[in-house]
Amino acid sequence: MSAPLLQTRNVTRCYGMRKGLLGRSVEVRAVDGVSLTVERGRTLGLVGESGSGKSTTGRLALGLEKPDAGDVLFKGAAMPGTDSLAWRQMRARMQMIYQDPLGALDRRLQIVEQVREPFDVHGLGQPKEREALAFALLQSVGLRADQGRRYPHELSGGQRQRAVIARALATKPDLLVCDEPVSALDVSIQAQVINLLVDIQQELGLGLLFISHDLKVIRQVSHRVAVMYLGRIVEEGEADLLLSNPAHPYTEALVSAAPVPGRRTRPRIVLQGDPPNPAARPSGCAFHPRCHAARERCKVESPLLKPMPDGRLAACHVAHDQANFLKAAS
Amino acid sequence: MSTVLDRFGTVADPLVEINGLTVAFDGVKVLHGIDLSVARGEAVGLVGESGCGKSVTWLAALGLLPKKASVSGNVRLGSTELIDAEPDVLDTVRGGRIAMIFQDPASALNPVLRLGKQVGEALALHGGLSGAAIRAEARRLFDLVGIPDAARRLDAFPHELSGGQNQRVMIAMALAGKPDLLVADEPTTALDATIQAQILELLTKIRRETDMALVLISHDLGVISQTCDRVCVMYAGRIIETAEAQSLFDTPLHPYTQGLIAALPPLEGVRRRLDPIEGNVPEPWNLPPGCAFAPRCPRRGEACDAGVPPLAWKAPGRFAACIKALQAEPVRPREPVYA
Amino acid sequence: MLRFFFLRLGRAALTVALVVTFAFVVLRLSGDPALIIMSVDAPPEAIAAFRKAWGLDDPIWLQYLRYFSAIGQGELGQSMRDGRPALELVAERIPATLALTLPALALKLGIGIPAGIYASLHRDSLIDRIVMVTAVAGFTVPSFVLGLVLVLIFSVQLGWLPSGGQESWRHAILPVLTLGIGGAAVLARFTRSAMLEVLGQSYIRTASAKGVPWPAVVRGHALPNAAVPTVTIVGFMVGSLIAGAVVVESVFSWPGVGRLLVVSVANRDLAIVQCILLLVAITMVSANLIVDLLYGVLDPRLRSGAKAGAH
Repeated sequence: MSAPLLQTRNVTRCYGMRKGLLGRSVEVRAVDGVSLTVERGRTLGLVGESGSGKSTTGRLALGLEKPDAGDVLFKGAAMPGTDSLAWRQMRARMQMIYQDPLGALDRRLQIVEQVREPFDVHGLGQPKEREALAFALLQSVGLRADQGRRYPHELSGGQRQRAVIARALATKPDLLVCDEPVSALDVSIQAQVINLLVDIQQELGLGLLFISHDLKVIRQVSHRVAVMYLGRIVEEGEADLLLSNPAHPYTEALVSAAPVPGRRTRPRIVLQGDPPNPAARPSGCAFHPRCHAARERCKVESPLLKPMPDGRLAACHVAHDQANFLKAAS
Repeated sequence: MSTVLDRFGTVADPLVEINGLTVAFDGVKVLHGIDLSVARGEAVGLVGESGCGKSVTWLAALGLLPKKASVSGNVRLGSTELIDAEPDVLDTVRGGRIAMIFQDPASALNPVLRLGKQVGEALALHGGLSGAAIRAEARRLFDLVGIPDAARRLDAFPHELSGGQNQRVMIAMALAGKPDLLVADEPTTALDATIQAQILELLTKIRRETDMALVLISHDLGVISQTCDRVCVMYAGRIIETAEAQSLFDTPLHPYTQGLIAALPPLEGVRRRLDPIEGNVPEPWNLPPGCAFAPRCPRRGEACDAGVPPLAWKAPGRFAACIKALQAEPVRPREPVYA
Repeated sequence: MLRFFFLRLGRAALTVALVVTFAFVVLRLSGDPALIIMSVDAPPEAIAAFRKAWGLDDPIWLQYLRYFSAIGQGELGQSMRDGRPALELVAERIPATLALTLPALALKLGIGIPAGIYASLHRDSLIDRIVMVTAVAGFTVPSFVLGLVLVLIFSVQLGWLPSGGQESWRHAILPVLTLGIGGAAVLARFTRSAMLEVLGQSYIRTASAKGVPWPAVVRGHALPNAAVPTVTIVGFMVGSLIAGAVVVESVFSWPGVGRLLVVSVANRDLAIVQCILLLVAITMVSANLIVDLLYGVLDPRLRSGAKAGAH
């Protein structure tokens, strides 16, 4: 079996954060020992709230930030140092799509010029053909030639995100890291862009790391889902299994809190307390102060992310105890 | 609580009644005659995509739009007309009869004033309180909306609290004047999912306890569905469908509402390809001649371009602005009996 | 808060030290003081004696150290011209300068801030446009031009006011106007844009939405926020109380610190120039320090100084 497309192994990223004026700098682990795998042609959904470290994980995966510990492997090879030639060549194989397409585009250039740019930078195709290639890419994401001749501010949000996707595809990447790519878009436009991403993946066999706070969007695009809380993965598994039958109480609360129109089929769990502060990580399981199932053990002992009988991974004492009990009973 | 609309789409004995509300910015109409009534204690949802006019409707009703906006139509609160009302009339209504909270609570609170002072200001204006009574009441409100350590938080500044806590402060401030109606404009959009659930639960709890009416403005059908009795769907400056929440989500009548629901990825059941609504929302200065949704509508016919369809009765309690919309239930409404 | 204060204080001291060094370097680079004071055709023995007396023969680093430690002890040297202590010479000019700059500052604040607030509250009105046109004119016209224009109108044409000198309070009117109008214009523009920025904020809408009458919204919610950026520019004006009148004093032959500076530079009277530069640096830096501390008072976000972390 060949190496997976992208693998992070126990990556950790720390920041210094000063608390107050007299306080000294506190080390904050934005990402704490995260191991993820993205396979070719598959999507790994990464879900979490603000401060969970999901965006940092995305940047670590692309090598935009260097991990303080652990390593990132792309097709089995270690990520070369940032800004080296090897890194730039590798970066052509992996692209990032952000939430705000207007910020990702140059306001002074026509859309087609920006889509053409990667061809020029990486010397792809004959110079004369490049514009035609760019228009072909735009067409493949559903933008007409006249729209390609416009400037970013002349397009709608959805059209801009299509343009960003077209540009990301120019270097024929193997991996796309999408950080909240549809969060700024209206529902009807969101669906267009989600469908586009799914189509592109099927056509080109891309691996996708899809970061979002929206469980409905995550479920729509992901094969596997990882849930992050305070810099760590608390549950990971097949998307349908994990979202229909969450093992970790945090995942359960997230699923139940997702607003769904129409009748709801499960009771809503409302978590008490504020979203976690990475600078003040609770002892033991970081989720225990907000957890309805927390026990004494959870306050002192940090649970490990380990496999459950059904194959998913979960970092929860209670979930594992229950699973063991059920196994023993049957 | 569920409110039955009469055949003209109004509730009996409305708390607030909006008639033909129109707003234009620099000559461009963004609101094309809104008719909407809210009953006492009712929770009405206003849903639609960005630019549809859902926020503008209530900002206009309360006279909170910038001066360059030209507003016409009527907004009546009991016997008080709010459009073009004198400033002192508006100041009594705002916060006293109708309170409003906004998206992104961090920027909606004054960064240089203590929270207690900001809440106290509303108490002094509408509660007739002063001095120590203000502080005591502000503390009670903080407790009511679930702010831990309320006494100390009164002396805190907005940046010292999380987004969720700040939204609780906004709600406390809105409750200070004991309003009959709370207009919540995307109150949870800037918040995390678990915090959003907390705030929605709080709003529901308060409404249950105080019998205050709620207008919830949101782009999120899910948020609206969980919190509201009745829903108005807006598109390009018009209400295009209104119905009791459950029936709206079960059997949407307007093709746009149907499209919105179909475009939403489900959280349960079989995963299927999404059905997006093709195309884009038209610009306010470039509206199609007839129905504004026609260019994106799968059921469009020639007649759709002939004129703007009115929000018409389709079934008891159900109204849609679509000439192609099927009647939801072919049941004849009961004739009103006059004694 | 203490940490914040000491940090700023340290920065202020460093700024003063840099200014002092800069003055030393520039003045030594620009020519031999002995030759300039004694004139080129003075006898070589006299020049040598002068050099020895003033320590100009010592290595440059020694001169620098001596100079620096002397300043540290408050010893600012004597004027090379008449041998009086530099500080004394400068100090006796300060009242004259303040007699211009303080009324001018009052004029700037008294006209600039209200005009800016008024313009922001009546945006795009006729008065807003008048204020803004005046403001642009006020700070694009250099002060010597403005001064001369005022002289032409009020002294030459109308003959109402004297064009120079320091005999009575009437002599101060034109220089004060010259100084004040430009500053008021800058302040009006600045206040207006600060107010417009604040008036567009969401919390202003919140205040209106809870029924606060508009005048109270402006007073209680908008002004405290607009004060933060405005204080910066006011601080700058306070900082230039001593040195801000160099050009105007020359135009109106007003015997203040500015004129002394111009004369001393021309004469290469090092001690005086250094003394003035030091004084200017200290007022500027103190004004800045006060502004920084005021920020803390005006804006609680800066007071606690908690930095948002990376997410």
